[in-house]
Amino acid sequence: MKGSVIVVSFFVAGILCGIMGGSNELFADFVALLSSPKVSFCALCGLLLCVGMNIGSNPNMISDFRSLNIRVLFLPLITILGSWAGVVVAFFFMHRSLSDMLAVGSGFAYYSLSSIFITSYKGVELGTIALLANVFREIFTLLATPLIFRLFGPLAPISAGGATTMDTTLPIIMQTVGRKYSVVAIYHGFVVDFSVPFLVTLWCML
Amino acid sequence: MFSVIFFIFIGIALGRFVCRSKQKTCDALLSRALTGFIWLLLFLLGVEVGCNERLLASLPTLGVEALLVGVLSALGSCVAAFFFWHRFCKSGDSE
Repeated sequence: MKGSVIVVSFFVAGILCGIMGGSNELFADFVALLSSPKVSFCALCGLLLCVGMNIGSNPNMISDFRSLNIRVLFLPLITILGSWAGVVVAFFFMHRSLSDMLAVGSGFAYYSLSSIFITSYKGVELGTIALLANVFREIFTLLATPLIFRLFGPLAPISAGGATTMDTTLPIIMQTVGRKYSVVAIYHGFVVDFSVPFLVTLWCML
Repeated sequence: MFSVIFFIFIGIALGRFVCRSKQKTCDALLSRALTGFIWLLLFLLGVEVGCNERLLASLPTLGVEALLVGVLSALGSCVAAFFFWHRFCKSGDSE
Protein backbone atom coordinates (compact mmCIF):
# COMPACT_ATOMS: atom_id res chain seq x y z
CA MET A 1 0.00 0.00 0.00
CA LYS A 2 2.80 2.40 0.93
CA GLY A 3 4.49 1.60 -2.37
CA SER A 4 1.34 2.41 -4.36
CA VAL A 5 0.94 5.76 -2.60
CA ILE A 6 4.53 6.69 -3.46
CA VAL A 7 3.99 5.63 -7.08
CA VAL A 8 0.81 7.71 -7.37
CA SER A 9 2.45 10.73 -5.78
CA PHE A 10 5.26 10.64 -8.33
CA PHE A 11 2.71 10.54 -11.13
CA VAL A 12 0.69 13.42 -9.63
CA ALA A 13 3.88 15.42 -9.02
CA GLY A 14 4.68 14.95 -12.71
CA ILE A 15 1.25 16.25 -13.75
CA LEU A 16 1.61 19.30 -11.49
CA CYS A 17 5.08 19.89 -12.85
CA GLY A 18 3.73 19.76 -16.41
CA ILE A 19 0.90 22.17 -15.61
CA MET A 20 3.27 24.62 -13.91
CA GLY A 21 5.52 24.50 -16.97
CA GLY A 22 2.68 26.04 -18.97
CA SER A 23 2.21 29.00 -16.63
CA ASN A 24 5.63 29.65 -15.15
CA GLU A 25 8.44 31.03 -17.32
CA LEU A 26 11.24 29.74 -15.14
CA PHE A 27 9.81 26.27 -15.12
CA ALA A 28 9.05 26.07 -18.83
CA ASP A 29 12.55 25.15 -20.00
CA PHE A 30 12.93 22.50 -17.34
CA VAL A 31 9.57 20.94 -18.19
CA ALA A 32 10.29 21.09 -21.93
CA LEU A 33 13.48 19.17 -21.26
CA LEU A 34 11.69 16.60 -19.09
CA SER A 35 8.89 16.01 -21.58
CA SER A 36 11.20 15.48 -24.54
CA PRO A 37 11.01 11.92 -25.86
CA LYS A 38 14.78 11.55 -25.52
CA VAL A 39 14.73 11.85 -21.74
CA SER A 40 12.02 9.25 -21.23
CA PHE A 41 13.73 6.98 -23.75
CA CYS A 42 17.00 7.21 -21.81
CA ALA A 43 15.20 6.47 -18.56
CA LEU A 44 13.50 3.50 -20.20
CA CYS A 45 16.83 2.19 -21.49
CA GLY A 46 18.33 2.51 -18.02
CA LEU A 47 15.40 0.61 -16.61
CA LEU A 48 15.74 -2.16 -19.18
CA LEU A 49 19.44 -2.47 -18.54
CA CYS A 50 18.72 -3.00 -14.82
CA VAL A 51 15.95 -5.48 -15.65
CA GLY A 52 18.34 -7.42 -17.88
CA MET A 53 21.06 -7.42 -15.22
CA ASN A 54 18.57 -8.67 -12.68
CA ILE A 55 17.64 -11.58 -14.97
CA GLY A 56 21.24 -12.29 -15.93
CA SER A 57 22.55 -12.34 -12.38
CA ASN A 58 20.13 -15.12 -11.47
CA PRO A 59 22.16 -18.33 -11.77
CA ASN A 60 19.01 -20.46 -12.02
CA MET A 61 17.50 -18.58 -14.94
CA ILE A 62 17.35 -21.46 -17.38
CA SER A 63 16.14 -24.06 -14.90
CA ASP A 64 13.55 -21.55 -13.61
CA PHE A 65 12.20 -21.12 -17.09
CA ARG A 66 12.15 -24.89 -17.65
CA SER A 67 10.10 -25.38 -14.51
CA LEU A 68 7.30 -23.32 -16.07
CA ASN A 69 4.57 -25.10 -17.92
CA ILE A 70 5.00 -24.90 -21.69
CA ARG A 71 1.35 -23.87 -21.98
CA VAL A 72 2.18 -20.35 -20.77
CA LEU A 73 3.16 -19.76 -24.42
CA PHE A 74 -0.56 -19.28 -25.04
CA LEU A 75 -0.81 -16.47 -22.49
CA PRO A 76 -0.80 -13.61 -25.07
CA LEU A 77 -3.90 -15.14 -26.71
CA ILE A 78 -5.60 -15.37 -23.30
CA THR A 79 -4.73 -11.72 -22.64
CA ILE A 80 -6.22 -10.57 -25.94
CA LEU A 81 -9.44 -12.55 -25.53
CA GLY A 82 -9.81 -11.53 -21.87
CA SER A 83 -9.30 -7.85 -22.69
CA TRP A 84 -11.98 -8.02 -25.36
CA ALA A 85 -14.36 -9.69 -22.91
CA GLY A 86 -13.72 -6.82 -20.47
CA VAL A 87 -14.44 -4.28 -23.22
CA VAL A 88 -17.73 -6.04 -24.01
CA VAL A 89 -18.73 -5.57 -20.35
CA ALA A 90 -17.77 -1.86 -20.58
CA PHE A 91 -19.87 -1.62 -23.76
CA PHE A 92 -23.08 -2.02 -21.74
CA PHE A 93 -22.31 1.18 -19.80
CA MET A 94 -21.41 3.34 -22.79
CA HIS A 95 -22.98 4.84 -25.87
CA ARG A 96 -20.42 3.92 -28.47
CA SER A 97 -20.19 1.25 -31.13
CA LEU A 98 -18.70 -2.05 -30.03
CA SER A 99 -16.09 -2.06 -32.82
CA ASP A 100 -14.84 1.41 -31.78
CA MET A 101 -14.49 0.24 -28.21
CA LEU A 102 -12.77 -2.99 -29.18
CA ALA A 103 -10.30 -0.88 -31.17
CA VAL A 104 -9.58 1.14 -28.02
CA GLY A 105 -9.29 -2.04 -25.97
CA SER A 106 -6.90 -3.56 -28.49
CA GLY A 107 -4.26 -1.02 -27.49
CA PHE A 108 -3.41 -3.36 -24.57
CA ALA A 109 -1.84 -0.43 -22.65
CA TYR A 110 0.37 0.49 -25.62
CA TYR A 111 -1.05 4.00 -25.54
CA SER A 112 1.31 5.85 -27.87
CA LEU A 113 0.88 3.60 -30.89
CA SER A 114 -2.80 2.73 -30.45
CA SER A 115 -3.86 6.35 -29.95
CA ILE A 116 -1.98 7.46 -33.07
CA PHE A 117 -3.62 4.72 -35.14
CA ILE A 118 -7.09 5.38 -33.78
CA THR A 119 -6.78 9.16 -34.20
CA SER A 120 -5.95 8.69 -37.86
CA TYR A 121 -8.73 6.14 -38.49
CA LYS A 122 -11.50 7.46 -36.27
CA GLY A 123 -10.68 11.04 -35.24
CA VAL A 124 -9.35 12.93 -32.25
CA GLU A 125 -12.09 12.09 -29.77
CA LEU A 126 -11.74 8.33 -29.96
CA GLY A 127 -7.98 8.79 -30.21
CA THR A 128 -7.96 10.67 -26.91
CA ILE A 129 -10.10 7.97 -25.30
CA ALA A 130 -7.64 5.38 -26.60
CA LEU A 131 -4.72 7.32 -25.16
CA LEU A 132 -6.37 7.76 -21.76
CA ALA A 133 -7.79 4.23 -21.56
CA ASN A 134 -4.43 2.67 -22.29
CA VAL A 135 -2.57 5.04 -19.96
CA PHE A 136 -5.09 4.09 -17.26
CA ARG A 137 -4.51 0.42 -17.98
CA GLU A 138 -0.78 0.84 -17.53
CA ILE A 139 -1.20 2.86 -14.33
CA PHE A 140 -3.75 0.35 -13.03
CA THR A 141 -1.28 -2.47 -13.63
CA LEU A 142 1.57 -0.58 -11.96
CA LEU A 143 -0.52 0.18 -8.90
CA ALA A 144 -2.59 -2.98 -8.55
CA THR A 145 -0.05 -5.68 -9.42
CA PRO A 146 0.38 -6.87 -5.79
CA LEU A 147 -3.40 -7.10 -5.38
CA ILE A 148 -3.94 -8.74 -8.79
CA PHE A 149 -1.28 -11.32 -7.93
CA ARG A 150 -3.01 -12.21 -4.66
CA LEU A 151 -6.48 -12.40 -6.19
CA PHE A 152 -5.86 -13.94 -9.60
CA GLY A 153 -2.53 -15.76 -9.45
CA PRO A 154 0.90 -15.22 -11.00
CA LEU A 155 -0.11 -14.89 -14.66
CA ALA A 156 -2.75 -12.20 -14.12
CA PRO A 157 -0.40 -9.21 -13.61
CA ILE A 158 1.31 -10.18 -16.87
CA SER A 159 -2.04 -10.29 -18.66
CA ALA A 160 -3.15 -6.98 -17.15
CA GLY A 161 0.05 -5.30 -18.31
CA GLY A 162 -0.71 -6.19 -21.94
CA ALA A 163 1.97 -4.94 -24.31
CA THR A 164 3.94 -3.16 -21.58
CA THR A 165 5.16 -6.30 -19.81
CA MET A 166 8.47 -6.22 -21.64
CA ASP A 167 9.32 -2.67 -20.56
CA THR A 168 7.52 -0.36 -18.14
CA THR A 169 5.58 -2.88 -16.07
CA LEU A 170 8.27 -5.58 -16.19
CA PRO A 171 10.14 -4.54 -13.03
CA ILE A 172 7.04 -4.36 -10.87
CA ILE A 173 5.86 -7.74 -12.17
CA MET A 174 9.30 -9.21 -11.56
CA GLN A 175 9.41 -7.88 -8.02
CA THR A 176 5.90 -9.05 -7.17
CA VAL A 177 5.49 -12.37 -8.95
CA GLY A 178 9.11 -13.52 -8.91
CA ARG A 179 12.06 -13.44 -11.22
CA LYS A 180 11.26 -16.70 -12.94
CA TYR A 181 8.21 -15.16 -14.60
CA SER A 182 10.24 -12.35 -16.15
CA VAL A 183 10.94 -14.43 -19.24
CA VAL A 184 7.21 -15.08 -19.65
CA ALA A 185 6.54 -11.36 -19.23
CA ILE A 186 9.08 -10.37 -21.89
CA TYR A 187 7.79 -12.99 -24.34
CA HIS A 188 4.19 -11.92 -23.62
CA GLY A 189 4.99 -8.22 -24.06
CA PHE A 190 6.74 -8.89 -27.33
CA VAL A 191 3.86 -10.87 -28.85
CA VAL A 192 1.07 -8.57 -27.63
CA ASP A 193 3.06 -5.49 -28.68
CA PHE A 194 3.38 -6.94 -32.14
CA SER A 195 -0.37 -7.63 -32.38
CA VAL A 196 -1.46 -4.07 -31.52
CA PRO A 197 -1.18 -2.43 -34.98
CA PHE A 198 -2.97 -5.34 -36.65
CA LEU A 199 -5.82 -5.71 -34.17
CA VAL A 200 -6.44 -1.95 -33.84
CA THR A 201 -6.59 -1.64 -37.63
CA LEU A 202 -8.89 -4.66 -37.84
CA TRP A 203 -11.48 -3.19 -35.43
CA CYS A 204 -11.23 0.27 -37.01
CA MET A 205 -11.99 -1.20 -40.43
CA LEU A 206 -15.15 -2.99 -39.28
CA MET B 1 10.86 -2.04 -30.03
CA PHE B 2 14.12 -3.69 -31.01
CA SER B 3 16.15 -1.28 -28.92
CA VAL B 4 14.08 -2.57 -25.99
CA ILE B 5 15.17 -6.14 -26.65
CA PHE B 6 18.72 -4.97 -27.29
CA PHE B 7 19.03 -3.26 -23.90
CA ILE B 8 17.57 -6.23 -22.05
CA PHE B 9 20.12 -8.53 -23.68
CA ILE B 10 23.02 -6.19 -22.89
CA GLY B 11 21.78 -6.20 -19.31
CA ILE B 12 21.53 -9.99 -19.20
CA ALA B 13 25.11 -10.29 -20.46
CA LEU B 14 26.32 -7.72 -17.91
CA GLY B 15 24.40 -9.44 -15.14
CA ARG B 16 25.81 -12.80 -16.08
CA PHE B 17 29.44 -11.78 -16.20
CA VAL B 18 29.61 -8.93 -13.70
CA CYS B 19 26.99 -9.57 -11.03
CA ARG B 20 27.35 -13.28 -10.32
CA SER B 21 30.57 -12.87 -8.40
CA LYS B 22 28.96 -10.42 -5.94
CA GLN B 23 25.36 -11.43 -6.17
CA LYS B 24 24.04 -10.11 -2.86
CA THR B 25 25.41 -6.59 -3.26
CA CYS B 26 24.31 -6.49 -6.89
CA ASP B 27 20.77 -7.66 -6.10
CA ALA B 28 20.35 -5.02 -3.40
CA LEU B 29 21.68 -2.27 -5.67
CA LEU B 30 19.59 -3.39 -8.65
CA SER B 31 16.36 -3.53 -6.70
CA ARG B 32 16.95 0.05 -5.52
CA ALA B 33 17.82 1.21 -9.03
CA LEU B 34 14.69 -0.46 -10.42
CA THR B 35 12.45 1.27 -7.89
CA GLY B 36 14.11 4.59 -8.71
CA PHE B 37 13.59 4.12 -12.44
CA ILE B 38 9.93 3.20 -11.94
CA TRP B 39 9.38 6.43 -9.98
CA LEU B 40 11.24 8.46 -12.59
CA LEU B 41 9.24 7.01 -15.50
CA LEU B 42 5.91 7.60 -13.77
CA PHE B 43 6.95 11.15 -13.00
CA LEU B 44 7.84 11.65 -16.67
CA LEU B 45 4.50 10.14 -17.75
CA GLY B 46 2.83 12.65 -15.43
CA VAL B 47 4.80 15.53 -16.95
CA GLU B 48 3.70 14.40 -20.40
CA VAL B 49 0.04 14.35 -19.33
CA GLY B 50 0.40 17.70 -17.53
CA CYS B 51 1.94 19.37 -20.60
CA ASN B 52 -0.77 18.17 -22.97
CA GLU B 53 -3.57 20.75 -22.72
CA ARG B 54 -5.93 18.82 -24.97
CA LEU B 55 -5.58 15.81 -22.73
CA LEU B 56 -6.02 17.79 -19.51
CA ALA B 57 -9.11 19.60 -20.78
CA SER B 58 -10.80 16.36 -21.86
CA LEU B 59 -9.93 14.46 -18.69
CA PRO B 60 -13.27 15.04 -16.89
CA THR B 61 -15.54 13.88 -19.75
CA LEU B 62 -13.64 11.38 -21.83
CA GLY B 63 -11.65 10.33 -18.78
CA VAL B 64 -14.54 8.47 -17.19
CA GLU B 65 -15.18 6.44 -20.33
CA ALA B 66 -11.48 5.78 -20.74
CA LEU B 67 -11.11 4.71 -17.12
CA LEU B 68 -13.97 2.24 -17.56
CA VAL B 69 -12.46 0.71 -20.70
CA GLY B 70 -8.92 0.70 -19.34
CA VAL B 71 -9.72 -0.95 -16.02
CA LEU B 72 -12.33 -3.39 -17.35
CA SER B 73 -10.07 -4.61 -20.16
CA ALA B 74 -7.29 -5.17 -17.62
CA LEU B 75 -9.66 -6.98 -15.25
CA GLY B 76 -11.08 -9.07 -18.10
CA SER B 77 -7.61 -10.29 -18.97
CA CYS B 78 -6.92 -10.96 -15.25
CA VAL B 79 -9.99 -13.19 -14.97
CA ALA B 80 -9.02 -14.99 -18.19
CA ALA B 81 -5.47 -15.47 -16.88
CA PHE B 82 -6.84 -16.75 -13.57
CA PHE B 83 -8.85 -19.53 -15.27
CA PHE B 84 -6.01 -20.26 -17.66
CA TRP B 85 -3.60 -20.65 -14.73
CA HIS B 86 -5.87 -22.92 -12.69
CA ARG B 87 -7.09 -25.01 -15.58
CA PHE B 88 -3.91 -25.46 -17.65
CA CYS B 89 -0.71 -24.26 -16.03
CA LYS B 90 -0.72 -24.75 -12.27
CA SER B 91 -0.20 -28.54 -12.29
CA GLY B 92 2.94 -28.46 -14.41
CA ASP B 93 4.55 -25.65 -12.46
CA SER B 94 6.86 -26.96 -9.78
CA GLU B 95 7.22 -24.37 -7.07
